[in-house]
Amino acid sequence: MGKIFAVVVVAIAIATAYFIVGHVYWMPEDISVHGHVIDEQIIETTAGAGILFLLGQFVLAAFVFLYGDSKGKRKLKAWPGGAKPLIWAAVVLIGIEILTLSFIGSKAWGAVYFSPVDPSALPIDVQAEQFAFYFRYPGPDGRFGGTHPELIDEGSQNYFGLDPANDVAARDDIVVASLTIPVNKPVLLTLHSKDVGHSFYVRELRIQQDFVPGIMIPIHFTATKTGKYEIVCTQLCGLGHYNMKAYLNVVSQDEFDQWLKGQSSGQ
Amino acid sequence: MNRISLTMLVVLLITAITAAAPGSGTIEGKVTYTGTPAKPKVIDMSKEPSCAKMHSTPATTANAVTGPGNSLEYVVVYISAGATGETTAPASAVTFDQKGCEYLPHVVALQVGQELKITNSDQTSHNVHAIAKANREWNKSQTPGAAPITEKFDKEEFIPVKCNVHPWMHGYFAVLSTSHFVVTGSDGGYKLPNLPPGKYTVSAWQESYGTQTQEITIAAGETKTVNFVFQAKPY
Repeated sequence: MGKIFAVVVVAIAIATAYFIVGHVYWMPEDISVHGHVIDEQIIETTAGAGILFLLGQFVLAAFVFLYGDSKGKRKLKAWPGGAKPLIWAAVVLIGIEILTLSFIGSKAWGAVYFSPVDPSALPIDVQAEQFAFYFRYPGPDGRFGGTHPELIDEGSQNYFGLDPANDVAARDDIVVASLTIPVNKPVLLTLHSKDVGHSFYVRELRIQQDFVPGIMIPIHFTATKTGKYEIVCTQLCGLGHYNMKAYLNVVSQDEFDQWLKGQSSGQ
Repeated sequence: MNRISLTMLVVLLITAITAAAPGSGTIEGKVTYTGTPAKPKVIDMSKEPSCAKMHSTPATTANAVTGPGNSLEYVVVYISAGATGETTAPASAVTFDQKGCEYLPHVVALQVGQELKITNSDQTSHNVHAIAKANREWNKSQTPGAAPITEKFDKEEFIPVKCNVHPWMHGYFAVLSTSHFVVTGSDGGYKLPNLPPGKYTVSAWQESYGTQTQEITIAAGETKTVNFVFQAKPY
């Protein structure tokens, strides 16, 4: 029985590794400039953890295979010094692993979060609310109008609480429910929430950033491939969370300019 | 009681009921605006493809729906004071549908105690959030094909209603204590019939422009015109 169990353990370990090493369920294609750093980090972490996992499983299987069937005659000899050194060794080992991963990971983190924003980046204001995303472009004047929560009115699609009657900068602001950006151009998003915590996740962009109520969170990236991608909320935000999504359209600069022009006349 | 006297009683009763109708007056008129109303904004439904494809031309905001001759649609005109001959809430329910991620109609008027029947004709789930202040506030989910939601309201109130899953969906439940009310159609016209002679205050409510009132006295069988003109705002 023990021998069968050992074989099953090895089989499960190898099958698990196959799904990852064979890229059976792999990440979608990366469409961002910074994404490769994240991917390399994910691969490094997965490889490290995977090797340790396989080793652990093989050692477990080996012990079960060799000693699993013995009928209580063999006596386990105590580790010299008792269990204490073993526990200490485990704590130190896990500690080193966490520190190493954090140290290596900070490189990727820094590459994404601490890189300077390109001054020519396209600014877009992103508001999350239960249960939708809204995006605001500054319009032809290049300036965002001020926001006044008390003026928020869904009936007139004033999701941001703009005051076009008194605020000239707000009049040409473009508010849409999908994010359209030009390819190969830096984009600067400012994330803020109207109500509770949400998150902005685009798998292909390798970006997952929480919205925190009361805080404006800047995040910048450059998309490198045109197409339509899904933006989803990955922070449980209420009953409608499952349907909190929007689409990201990455288009050529020409298409973007045309789209923007069309939006400006439609607002 | 023999058959003849029963028949006579019925005839008398019918005469008494129908006699009220010729003596009643009517208030009618048109609701228009002056100035520049806000341009309707195109609604971006890309989030919900099943609804987006139901609109051959994109849906637009309905907070100020105008028609030819500066007419205003979705204005609730009702008797706010002086009304007599009030009837209790009719047994028939008022319907409110969700179709193409829009509210049909945009403004629904009903009487206190009257049943409101809400249906979902869409392929997606909606939540109906009645943001009531005088009445009890409620928020209910409705999956595609689910049974209608039925609700009643105890107090007079203009209740904004919204769907949080589709934030562009926005409408009103106009709950009125009078039995004399009407919502203007695309021509901005309205008619309040069956009013006993007397002095009335007629109110017109528009969601963006507020409420206007006018006083009028009508005699038996008289039809009087009361027009309302709202000052439109571009923003």
